[in-house]
Formats: sequence, C-alpha cells, structure tokens
Amino acid sequence: MAELARDTLREMQLRMLRIRAFDERASKMVKRGHIPGTVHTSIGQEAQVVGATMALGTGDYMSGNHRSHGHPIGKGSPLGPLMAELVGKATGVCKGKGGSLHLADFAVGSLGESGIVGSSIPIANGAALSSKVLNNGKVALAFFGDGAANQGVLYESMNMAGVWALPMIFLCENNQYALSTPAHTVTSGIISERAAGFGMPGIKVEEGQDVLAVYDAVSAAVARARAGDGPTLVEVMTYRYNEHSEGLRLGTDYRNADEREAWLRKDPIVLFRQYLASQGFSEEELDGLQATALAEVDAAVAFSDASPYPDLSVAFDDLYTDKESAA
Amino acid sequence: MTVMSYLGAIGAAQREAMDADERVIIIGEDVEANVYGTTGGGKSRSDKGDFLQRYGKNRIRNTPISEEGIVGAAAGAAMTGLRPIVDLSYSSFLYMAMDQFVNQVAKNRYMFGGQASMPVVFRSAMFYGLNTGAHHSDRPYPMFMNVPGLKIIAPATPADAKGLLRSAVDSDDPVLSFEACLLWSTKEDVDENEFWVPLGVARTAREGTDVTVVAISSSVPEAVAAAEELAKEGVSVEVIDPRTLVPLDRNAILRSVAKTGRLIVAEPAHRTCGAAAEISALVAEEIFDSLKAPIIRVTAPDMQIPFSPSLEKQMYPTRATIAAAIRRVVDLPALQPVATAV
Ligand SMILES: Cc1ncc(C[n+]2csc(CCOP(=O)(O)OP(=O)(O)O)c2C)c(N)n1
Ligand SMILES: [Mg+2]
Repeated sequence: MAELARDTLREMQLRMLRIRAFDERASKMVKRGHIPGTVHTSIGQEAQVVGATMALGTGDYMSGNHRSHGHPIGKGSPLGPLMAELVGKATGVCKGKGGSLHLADFAVGSLGESGIVGSSIPIANGAALSSKVLNNGKVALAFFGDGAANQGVLYESMNMAGVWALPMIFLCENNQYALSTPAHTVTSGIISERAAGFGMPGIKVEEGQDVLAVYDAVSAAVARARAGDGPTLVEVMTYRYNEHSEGLRLGTDYRNADEREAWLRKDPIVLFRQYLASQGFSEEELDGLQATALAEVDAAVAFSDASPYPDLSVAFDDLYTDKESAA
Repeated sequence: MTVMSYLGAIGAAQREAMDADERVIIIGEDVEANVYGTTGGGKSRSDKGDFLQRYGKNRIRNTPISEEGIVGAAAGAAMTGLRPIVDLSYSSFLYMAMDQFVNQVAKNRYMFGGQASMPVVFRSAMFYGLNTGAHHSDRPYPMFMNVPGLKIIAPATPADAKGLLRSAVDSDDPVLSFEACLLWSTKEDVDENEFWVPLGVARTAREGTDVTVVAISSSVPEAVAAAEELAKEGVSVEVIDPRTLVPLDRNAILRSVAKTGRLIVAEPAHRTCGAAAEISALVAEEIFDSLKAPIIRVTAPDMQIPFSPSLEKQMYPTRATIAAAIRRVVDLPALQPVATAV
C-alpha cells in the first residue's frame, strides 16, 4: 500500500463524512416532502465511492447511476448546488432540470448520473475515447451496480475499451442487491471474472468497506489506464444500509437482519476513523471533520432554501443550443 | 461546380469536415474499408479507403457491431471535446441503440442544465425500395422527430447532402441524418468549395401557385416529376422540400400553403404519426381558413415492407400517386385508378 499524505487521508474521511451527512439529510428531506420525488442514498457505500473518486484526478471523467449523490461529492463537487438540484432550485448544479437522478458537475469531470440502469456506462467509455484520440492523458471511470452488470451495453463497452486500449475503469459497486433481487440469483459466475473474456484485468475488492483497499485497487487501474495499457474492471463488495430508495417500504424481508448487522459492524467511516486514530490523528481533529461535514450540509440546505425556483421562462433553455429550434 | 453523386457529396462533406477540424472523427462498422462509400474518394466508391490513409486509424475507427455501445461512446466523446460522425450504415440498426439516442444523446444537454455539449452526427441510410425485405427497408425518421433534443435532416439532393452535413457537423446539438439509398446515384452540379446549408431552412424545389406538395427525401424527385406532368394540364404545383425535419421550417410551409390553398404531403415513412401527419396538423391548426381543399397525405401504409418487388414498389409515394392526389385537390378527373396503398 502506498504511503499517503496526511492531507489525503484527512480528505478521504471528510468526503466520506460529507456523503453520509448529505444523504442522511436528503433522506429526511424526502420524508418531509422538502425534496420532491425520491433519492437513492450511498449510505454504507462511502468507502467504495470515495476510494474510487479520490484515485481519479479532478480532470478525469466519471459517469454514474441512480445512486447518484456520492459520486459527485466524492469527486469534489460543492454541496450547495447539489442540494439545490435535489430540491429543484434554479441554482441547482443542473439548474433544476435534472434532479437527484441526473446530477452532473462537468467542472469536476462528473459527466452525469443516470436514471436508466447501465445507460451511462458508454458515456464514460466515450470520454475515454476522446482522451485517447486527443491524447490528453485523462482517464474515465463508469460507476454501475451489480444489477447493471447484467446489461448488454456493459459488455459492448468493455469490448470496445479493450480492443481500443481505452484509459477506462469499469467500477462495479456490488452491494449485492438490485432493488429486491439478490445478485447471486440473477448473475451467472463472478462479475470481476467476466473481465478475462475481454482480455483485461478483473479485480475484486472484497474489503470494499475499507477506503484504502478501494483506493489502492482503483489507483492501480488508473495507473494502467494512464500508461496506455487499457481498461480494468474493478468489482467492489459493499452494502447499502437504507432501503433501495427513500420512502420505499418493500413488503418482503429480502435482506436478513444478521447480514445487515454484520455489515454495520464494518462501517466504512468508523473503520477509517480507527485507522486515522492509529496514525496519530487526534480525537479532536477527527471530531472536527465530522463537524465540518455537518456544517457544510447545513450551509448547503441554507443555500438551497435561499434560492429561487426556476421561472417558467427558462423551461425550454438548453433543449437545444438555440432557442428557435424548440417547438 | 463539379458533377457529384449524392453519395459522393456526402464523402466530400466528410472530407472537408475532417480537414477543417481535427476534433472530427468518423466511427462505424466497416468505415476503414469504405464499404458504404462515403469514406473514400470525393466522387465515387472507387478510391477505396483513402480516408484511412489520409487521416489514420486514430480518426477513422472501425467499430465492433455494437450499436448501443457505439452511439453511447460517440455521445460521451462529444461531451468531452470530439465531434464524431457516426456511420450507422442501415437506419434499421438505430433501434439497437434506442436507449442511447433517447436517454443520453437527446436528453443530456437539457438534464444537465446546459453543461453537456453534444456535437455529434449520426448518419444512416434508408435502404427502402431495393428489395431488401422488412429488416433493411426502414424509414424511421418520424420516430426520432418524437424525441425532443435531436435535430434531424433528410437531404434529397447532392448539394443539400453536402451542405447540410457540414452544418450538422458544426452543430453543437446532436443531428441524425437520414439518407435515402434511392437517391445515392442522383447527380448534379455541386460547388466543390466549402458551403453550408443551414439547418431548419426549407428549399423550394419548384415554384407554383395552385397546389403545394411538401415532399420528403426520395419523395422530392417524385413530387417534382408529378408537378411537371400536371403543368402540362395547366396546374401550377409548388414543391417544398423541408430538408430539415427538426427544426422544421414552418414558415416556409405555411407561406406556400397560404398562397396555394392546397396541400399534399408526400413521404416514404409510415402513415401514423409520420412527418406528413405533423405537417398536416401544423397547416390545419395555423391556416385552416386558407385551405380550399382537404389535405392529402401520400405515404407508405402502416405495414411491413414486403420483399417481392411486385409488392414493395406499391408501398411508397410515386409520381403517379402524388399526381393522383394533386388531381383530386384541383378537381381534375382521375386518369386511371392508381394502385396506391394509403
Ligand atoms: C433499464 C432500467 N431497468 C430497470 C430500472 C429500475 N431500477 C432502478 S434501480 C434498479 C436496481 C439497480 O441495481 P444495481 O445496479 O445493483 O444498483 P443499486 O441500486 O444496487 O445501487 C432497478 C431495477 C431502471 N431504472 N432502468
Ligand atoms: Mg446493487
């Protein structure tokens, strides 16, 4: 494992805390009706998200899915415009046009989350293609779930990335369920082993609640991509704590309590806090990170609250580059 | 001016676009070998593969047969600095990539509040009328007209094929180009210098005062032929070729129909929810009072394209079926019963 600077370690914990605090607040806001519709939280999956996003540079590209807030937060997107987007405000990162499912912050290389399972994988692949053609040294990463791992477009994309040696990372967030469906009941074989069929390395991170384990695996894939050696499939084992989406109450007990308890004992933020303490971070400093994340979320909500809703006059903006083309 | 075929004009536009901007790349199945005839010489398919020699494998990219992956990758590449031209060969293959067209290509600029630029062109050939059977004979542009966020061109002449493609490549919005194979060998004088035909501007293919025929793609030359025939009987027919279906040049259509008072819309697509239906509705809503006769659509019927030449030929608008429609709206007696499936 590479020696990481203290600043990097601190930043990892801060970003995980940000995601946790943001999503806990968003969950409450959905239940109170402050956020219209629903959201899918990354609570429990923070190590998997932050380990991957911090292995990328700010200029690198990323696409995501419906479990959508952690990705841009992990990539360094400021919380205010993200929260305003969830609420549908004009100051939202997508001007209130996208909502939770379609967060994107191009300023940090976030090319967009997707409500259609699997659909954004080729978008990152295309970003990797442009890096290759323009020879600009950037890499691209696509986040997708174990459910999306059974979409055909993933394999079309892996094949293209392989044959063109694109600087691409396919990152499977295996939280073991697609909505109510256990992955093993719909998935033949091991996801990471599918990489072999495309002549690329397939890495399985069993300790997906350990942010450093994820960071190391993805960093190796990024190094490979930047060196021109092509794509990697990384499968990270993790667990979502909340229901598939906020407000959803599935009648069936599809996840058993023992399993949940076992995963809660491996909480990524608690684990990393213990690690940081062992590395000489003081309790005060670690509490401070927690307080910072909470304060940032408070400020993001205040920013959203103070922001106007978009005016109907802008409804057609950005349908096309020119307004005349809109009917 | 040089004589160019429709296909040669597309090749010329691609070459100009590749020369003008390094960010333009061509990706698609079999583009390296110039199998579909637009990545070779300027005039014909004879200079096989010379795009590959000229621009290299980095910018001329053969793809696997993976339409969904190709369309999505082109979108991602467009969002990050390239200006891809995607050759999808047959228009029927667009269905393989429907999710990418509808959910990513069309929606990303809007959903992301204008952050995504989508300068990408998807070219495909409509192979109807060539006895290729139902899987290769589609004219699917109306389906895509129903997807806000896409721009759609359907050039009917070599000059328009060249000029519209240049505008499509320069557009920061995604453009789908539907090219009728029946027009591939059409030839005319085309400016060998660069020129651009703006998107959203119709062309008056023929001026007239009694009837307006709005014709699309391969129906344009048929409409012009019908107009010439009717001119002999003293009927003055105006033929409007919208060229761009999204955005549609509504004003040009409305102006013409306001003048003539009669409208025929001819297109090779299916009848239900086709471009003809949309144009008919536009005229009925906007200038109903100017109409002296009911609007007539001359389209393909709502059915699969049969293989047998004796059946397939009857399916699309011809000069005879368009002429028959014109005769009806000006109260001329029908010449003979035309076997028209409408
Ligand atoms: C193409 C498509 N099919 C189905 C859905 C409905 N759906 C949304 S999320 C989801 C489960 C996805 O599971 P996974 O990919 O494992 O991601 P996770 O929610 O576990 O993070 C389903 C079935 C969808 N949005 N898109
Ligand atoms: Mg899952």
